[in-house]
Order: sequence, then structure tokens, then C-alpha cells
Amino acid sequence: MGEPSPPPIPLPQGEGECFRGPRLRIIALQSHLAGPFDLALNAGECLAITGPSGSGKSLFLRMVADLDPNQGEVFLDSVERRSLPAHEWRRKVVYSAAEPGWWHEGVADHFDAAAMDFARATAPRLALAAALLDGQVVQLSTGERQRMALLRALALRSPVLLLDEPTGALDEASTTLVEDVLRERLAVGVTIAMVTHSAAQAVRLGHRHLRMADRHLVLA
Amino acid sequence: MNPILLTPFDVAIAAVLIVLDGVLSLLLRLDLHTQLAWAAARLVVQLVLIGFVLRLVFAIASPLVTLAVILVMVSIAGREVAARPEQRLGRFGNYAVGASAVAIATFLTAILALTTAIRPQPWYDARYAIPLAGIILGSVLNGGSLALDSLLGGVVRERAAIEAQLALGVRFSHAMRGLIRASVRRALLPIINQMSAAGVVTLPGIMTGQILAGMDPMEAAKYQILLIFLLSGGSGLAAVAVVYLAAMRLTDDRQRLRIDRLTARARGSRS
Repeated sequence: MGEPSPPPIPLPQGEGECFRGPRLRIIALQSHLAGPFDLALNAGECLAITGPSGSGKSLFLRMVADLDPNQGEVFLDSVERRSLPAHEWRRKVVYSAAEPGWWHEGVADHFDAAAMDFARATAPRLALAAALLDGQVVQLSTGERQRMALLRALALRSPVLLLDEPTGALDEASTTLVEDVLRERLAVGVTIAMVTHSAAQAVRLGHRHLRMADRHLVLA
Repeated sequence: MNPILLTPFDVAIAAVLIVLDGVLSLLLRLDLHTQLAWAAARLVVQLVLIGFVLRLVFAIASPLVTLAVILVMVSIAGREVAARPEQRLGRFGNYAVGASAVAIATFLTAILALTTAIRPQPWYDARYAIPLAGIILGSVLNGGSLALDSLLGGVVRERAAIEAQLALGVRFSHAMRGLIRASVRRALLPIINQMSAAGVVTLPGIMTGQILAGMDPMEAAKYQILLIFLLSGGSGLAAVAVVYLAAMRLTDDRQRLRIDRLTARARGSRS
């Protein structure tokens, strides 16, 4: 596929400062279900992926995070993922599912101490009342759950975020808030690959916009 | 102190009670009489057969034959553990997990009992080893199948929760902790119930049998206590072995949750 024009790139922060190549490089990534995918994303770049349901968008993000069996190589800066233990890779290349899972009853139990400080500080920015953090997961609305899951992922401060419909369950006002927070992340050099059903959002947030068609990525 | 020996005629008198059940089934239209007759016939044939086999094995008194009999029992129990859950691990995973866990738990517990507490001469004497392995197997089968069913069902039900943790960089072993704990707990509840009810709600089978066979009730009680301890140990070992062996098959070298290795049982509820 042809390379679209690169977006304005803020300098990468922290680790990998000497590395001049793309932040995330995907080479011949495939499984028997989807691909192959070849792609390079720079620090601070946002890729928006649209496409019909079942076309393989989630499969793609899950393969990048190494959550599903796959072949191919994925580099974070100059580090190939297989040179890292899987859990360390996923801490740097964080996937957030469209329907987030919860494994405790209390919301707060899903955050460790450091993540909790971040969550308390950032929750108001996503219009989440601080009291919700001390409540039960079952008491959260669908939209609150989605924003809480995003908070959980953001708290890891990973260099790459793979977001599966991060605003799928949100109204317009909450969507704007989420996009503002994501834009800030992009500005400090975080790379985002995002699946969205909203073409408008893909234009608003995405430096690059690709479409998943029949389990392959094509220019939108 | 000699047991009162039963003649076939004594047993036949007791069979009148089965006939009574059959008559009840006919009168009340329970439609159970055929099943009842079959079950009673199976009971008689199976137990008489095993009686003959055991008599033969005891007479041969060869450790190899004893081991072979126990291995057959273990593989049957392993199959039962594998068959219980609705979910199946690929590549005969349920059988591999069930049989290895049952074998580990049964052999460890039985050998411990035979070499320390019971100490027959020799320690592998078939008269002790086979019945002991049998009673331990019953408990191991219970614990193992409950643990496996709970773990495999739980993995399917809680897939999103487990994968959400993996996606946030949590190790597979850590993400599975809650489920593993719940599965082992569930496997141990029956034996805990059995222990707390023993002697109050029910007189356990071994003790009853030994009292009927003429043993002093205190001696019979001690035997029963020893055996129930063995059963709890066996259940616990089987549950832990089943859960870890199955969990290992549910992941790979990249700590993924390999739910694709599970298939729902072909027969029954196919949603």
C-alpha cells in the first residue's frame, strides 16, 4: 500500500530517544484469520481504523498486542516483541477492548497504588465522579465502564495504545472529553491505533485513516 | 470377633426389597421398574465379578498384577474426570489432565498410607493396596472432576476478565489466580462436608462395614479417621494437579489465553 503523508511528529519522550525510526513497526503480521499487515507508526501518530463489523479490526489490534496466535514481527522502537516476555510487551503496547472485562467487584481493586493516583487525578477530566472509583463495577453505567477502562489503560503510561472503539458507548459530550485526553497523549509522543465506527472521529483524531476490508487494511 | 458370613440365600431375601421397589414403581406409575431391574442386575454382576477378580489377584500376590489392576482403576477414574466438564481441551487434553492428576494424587496418597500408617507386610500387599487405592480413587475422582469443570467453565465465562488483565500486562499465572482458587475451593467442599457430618449425620461406610465384620467400634473409628484424612489429601492433590495441568494447556509461550483450545461438548447443549 502507498504511504500517506506523515503527520507532524513531536519528538519521542524518554526511552528510545536515540532511535530515529518509527515508534511501532509491523512487518508481515498475520494469522489464519487476518492479514498480512505491514505498517509503521511514528511517535505521536494516531492511526484510525474503520470498517464493517467482523472485518478483522479487533483481530488486528489483538495480534499487535500478541493476545492471539500470529506470525510476523512487531517492533517497538528497535525492540522486537519476542525479545521481551509477553507481559512486558503488553505493558508497553496496551490493548483496551471494546467491551472491557472486570475481575474484581470494587472499581478501585482494578488499579494499583500508582495507577490509583493517576485515576483520581484524571477521572474528573473524563466526567467520572471520584466517588465512582470507590464504588462497585456493577453500579457503573456502560459509558462509565468504558471511560473507567480507558483510565485503567492510560494509567500504565505506555508508549503505544491500541484502543478498540474507545468511545463506542459514549454520548457526544463524553466523546469530546475522551478525544481531548487522547490528543494530549499524542502531543507527548504516545502512538495510538484506534478502531472506530465514526468516520468523523477518524478524521478528527487520526493522522492516518485506514479501512479494514475483508481482513486487510486499505486506504480509506 | 468373626464376621457373620452371608449365604446366597441371605442375599436373595434382601432382593425382596428390590422387588418391593419394583411393585411400588408399577403401582405409582413411576416407570422405574425396568431401570431398577437393570441397575440391580448390574450391581450384582459387577460386584460378584470384582469379588472373583480380587480373590484371584490376592491369590497371585504379584506386585506387577496389583499395579496393573490399580492402573486400570486409575485410567477409568481419569476418564470420568475428563468426561464431566461441558468444555473439552483439544488433543485429548481432558484425558491427559484427568489421568495424570488422578494418578499423581492416588499414588502419592496410597503409598504414604501403606508405608507409614497401615504398613502391611509387604507394603504393596494387594489385599491392602487395591481396596485402599479404590477408596482414594473415589474421592480423587470427585475432587478432580469438580475442579476441572469449575476451571474450564470459569475460563469460558470469565474470558473478558482474564484477557483484560493480560492486555494490561499482567502475567497469565496472576490473571488466573482467582479462578484457580475458586476451582480448588469448590473441589474441597464435599470432603469438608463429609468430615463435619461424619458420625453425626451419617455413619461412614468403612466404619459401618468394619463394625458389621466384627471389629471393635473404637478400632473401626480410628480406621475411618485415617481413611477420611487420606481422602481429603487425595482430593486436594487431585484438585491442585488438575487445575495447574489444565491451566498450562490453556496458555502458550506468549502467555495468551488459548480459549481456541476449548470446545463445548458435542452432545447436549449446543448453543
